[in-house]
Amino acid sequence: MVDRSAIGRNFTPVTAHVEPGRLRYFCDTIGENNPIYRDAQAARAEGYAAIPVPPTYLFCLEMMDAENPFEFLTELDIDLARVLHGEQGFTYHVPAVVGDTLTFRSRVTDVTEKKGGAMTLIAVVTDVTRQDGVHLAGMTRTVVVRNPKAAST
Amino acid sequence: MTQTASRSVGDRVVHKTFPPITRHTLALYCGASGDHNPIHVDLDFAKKAGFPDVFSHGMLVMAYLGQALTDAVRPKDIRTFSTRFAAITQLGARLTCEGHVTELIEYDSEPCMKIALVAKDEAGEAKLLGEAIVAR
Repeated sequence: MVDRSAIGRNFTPVTAHVEPGRLRYFCDTIGENNPIYRDAQAARAEGYAAIPVPPTYLFCLEMMDAENPFEFLTELDIDLARVLHGEQGFTYHVPAVVGDTLTFRSRVTDVTEKKGGAMTLIAVVTDVTRQDGVHLAGMTRTVVVRNPKAAST
Repeated sequence: MTQTASRSVGDRVVHKTFPPITRHTLALYCGASGDHNPIHVDLDFAKKAGFPDVFSHGMLVMAYLGQALTDAVRPKDIRTFSTRFAAITQLGARLTCEGHVTELIEYDSEPCMKIALVAKDEAGEAKLLGEAIVAR
């Protein structure tokens, strides 16, 4: 079971590309029809260098381009079937746009047990930087692990 | 597109409804998001994990909530966007996303507003509770 010794653990940085086709597929899937997310001209008219990404798409980019998207779970020996997403947050500094290459660096910042050990909450912080070194955004997430019941004696 | 006009505390600035979440939506979202956790598409896997059926990715619901937000304010004005996943979103859920201005604040020396966000299903059960800080 994961414990507080995991705090401070870093994971392999992920480099991801903001590709127009994948972004369009994401927009199609969620029914996103705002022209700034679909039309480069509309995006430029709003002051973007290219089509920007919707607010949650950074989370997807990290998973899509990770060699092992569940590295965090395998490294901490957590069963994927026992995991739920507890919280997710984004802090935006600069918009990510089509053509950007982004690097995601994640680390565990907290591990807490809840409900007498029935659940473990793991907090992970991710820094997102652009190809030119600009700190583009930050992400925070809390993962909930439903722990197996201890064998009764 | 909607400009971020001056808003007051209590204003409902975000409101959007979405079509029911189908198995097809979840399959597409797996590919669109890179989140291939089988618990969202493979009924056998979901049952083995103790769930009666597959269920939505929390991040799909957050994507809807984000869409409702960017329909209402200029995307480039959004400084932070966060949510707590309060309950599992079941297949067939028809979501309504809403947001109210709760506070006018300074954030990083910039005039901003805090918007409380919620994604509810057709029974009114809150699935996601969130907050955004948006420049005004």
